[in-house]
Amino acid sequence: MSELDIRNVHVGIDGHEILKGVNLIVKQGEVHALMGPNGTGKSTLAYALMGHPSYEITEGEVCFKGIDLLELEPDERSHLGLFLAFQYPVAIPGVSVANFLRTAINAQRRAKDPDDKGISIPEFRRMLKERMDFFQMDHSFAGRYLNEGFSGGEKKRAEVLQMAALQPEIGLMDETDSGLDIDALRIVAEGVNSLRGPDLGILVITHYQRILNYIKPDYVHIMLDGQIVETGGPDLALHLEEHGYDWLRKRKRSAAA
Amino acid sequence: MSTRTVSKRARRVDKRQKKSFLFSREMVEAISGNGNVPEFIKEYRSLAWDEFEKLPIPTTSEEAWRRTNLRRLPVDEFFPVSMENLTTESLFPIDAELIEPLVGDIHGGQIVFTNEEVQVELSSTISAKGVIFTDLITAERQHPDLLSLIMGKIVKSDEGKFAALAAAMSQKGVFLYVPQGIHVELPLHSVIWAPGKDLAFFSHILVWLEEGSSVTYLHEAASPNEQDGQALHAGLVEIYVGQGANLRFVELQSWGEHVWNFSHERARIDRDANLDWIFGAIGSHVTKNFSNIDLIGQGATGRMSGFYFTDGVQHFDHDTQQNHLAPNTMSDLLFKGALREHSRSVWQGMIYVAPGAQKTDGYQANRNLILDSNARADSIPGLEILADDVRCTHGATIGKIDPDQVFYLRSRGIPYKDAERLIVEGFFDPIMQRIPFGGVRTRFQDEILKKMG
Repeated sequence: MSELDIRNVHVGIDGHEILKGVNLIVKQGEVHALMGPNGTGKSTLAYALMGHPSYEITEGEVCFKGIDLLELEPDERSHLGLFLAFQYPVAIPGVSVANFLRTAINAQRRAKDPDDKGISIPEFRRMLKERMDFFQMDHSFAGRYLNEGFSGGEKKRAEVLQMAALQPEIGLMDETDSGLDIDALRIVAEGVNSLRGPDLGILVITHYQRILNYIKPDYVHIMLDGQIVETGGPDLALHLEEHGYDWLRKRKRSAAA
Repeated sequence: MSTRTVSKRARRVDKRQKKSFLFSREMVEAISGNGNVPEFIKEYRSLAWDEFEKLPIPTTSEEAWRRTNLRRLPVDEFFPVSMENLTTESLFPIDAELIEPLVGDIHGGQIVFTNEEVQVELSSTISAKGVIFTDLITAERQHPDLLSLIMGKIVKSDEGKFAALAAAMSQKGVFLYVPQGIHVELPLHSVIWAPGKDLAFFSHILVWLEEGSSVTYLHEAASPNEQDGQALHAGLVEIYVGQGANLRFVELQSWGEHVWNFSHERARIDRDANLDWIFGAIGSHVTKNFSNIDLIGQGATGRMSGFYFTDGVQHFDHDTQQNHLAPNTMSDLLFKGALREHSRSVWQGMIYVAPGAQKTDGYQANRNLILDSNARADSIPGLEILADDVRCTHGATIGKIDPDQVFYLRSRGIPYKDAERLIVEGFFDPIMQRIPFGGVRTRFQDEILKKMG
């Protein structure tokens, strides 16, 4: 079974330390929620794990399937089975959703077998249509330029669609719920739930409890100021909803003192 | 020591003075000397030759040539291609992909020039409608009256040294004439295949659309790369789109990287007529291209779309003008280029609105993607507006590939090189989609990918 093992990870941007020693293990088949107020470093963790060049890992290690993830390029991390659903997916003008997705699928296949001829066009079309139907997307979506002029809801659906098509082992979902109305949120959450199973581990990053009503986590972690300060079951999120983060802040301060 | 320096300098001046083109009035007379050439054409060539002799080689002190230096042009190395001087050394045969039908399996019309010959093919259904699509030599013999309407009338031979040279020397050329109200359904295609070094090639494209007619026409110039030698091309394109007529003109060049390519092109667009002009440039060592549209009648519209990709030490300079000479005219220009290695591109564009050309709508934009830090793009938009009720806008950008785009694609497993390719492909896609032939589009997309390495 694959597991993503994050040990004492410190991350800085432009010399400014954001993550100050994060420890977390996400296994295939588990759903973890990472919660915390804005600016505590949740998204930084997601970007750093995926290998964004602006994020410098100054200390700690990340092991994925027994391999040192930090030594790998972002595309190699993806080949290994890691996926990041972006909070702000970037537009790629001139590249259609279909062209992009087929390139990505073929890149994954070629990474496993250099002689792979790539997915056949009929098979790809069938797969894409099925997925688009599931996410209630019009088929014309395949021909649109990737993320260009997409509404907030379309962007997030497209991210989950990609996750469904690329079948990762660990999916990092960075604020996938932000900017979604309740209907879009339900569609996205149903999509994620449909992917749940023993083969997929998910880290849902959010600062709202709302999405966790739809995607039930096995574990909930709270991040404050670059560290995970509390871990618990689904009830922790509910507790948070009621009491906010102040009790954790106070506890952290007194611990520091 | 100082005397040595002086003598050296003197020698260099001498050498420069001796360097001159190998072309002569005799060559011009020989072109017109076969007895079938109408008087007005003989005169046109002869006057063009006078202009050529009179005009100096452009230097960077002229505004239009400020960014394109011809100091290294080996003027005395080019000999005009003609039957007499064909070498026995084997030249590259024409690339079969170049002459495939544009749509389906049949040609509407195709004209193919090689150094040795010209082949003209036009479907009988099209010719039965009175459409003329033939090479210049045949047109001179068979259609002198129609030719006289346009030849030298739209691009004047005194517009530049190379315009004069092309006017005086062109034998390779295409004449396309579409009669009133005729719609040509199948696209027409002409190709100049010009292998060889130390040669000079000339071309002259003439297109005349009568009122209410329509056609799609693709012209291509191509040659293989040659080692240890250079070549010259000077070309003219003259277009008239009559009232309410509709022309889609796709013009692509993939000259070998040993070619100095110069062209002067202008389309005159009459009342309620429409021109959709698409340029693609990937070849040549140096290109200096002047392309103008003159919107001469109310309601005329012109769209100019261009793509270019440079690498190595290539240098492309596209000089465009959108001249609004009548009210209610619309023009829209978008040129997009990507540059690698030490290459350089220049785009300078001008929207001119004449006094009285009210309700004009003009737009121009140039977007450049710099792929290597040694490449350089210059983008110089310009407006000259002499009417008061107009809407003219322009934009120019020069940028690098966005690292966040690359990261996004890589996070999906797409390796760096492929991510870069995909982004460049996407950058060009809106222009590529304006080329209405899948095969041709793919050919150029592949060429660009090849250049990306």
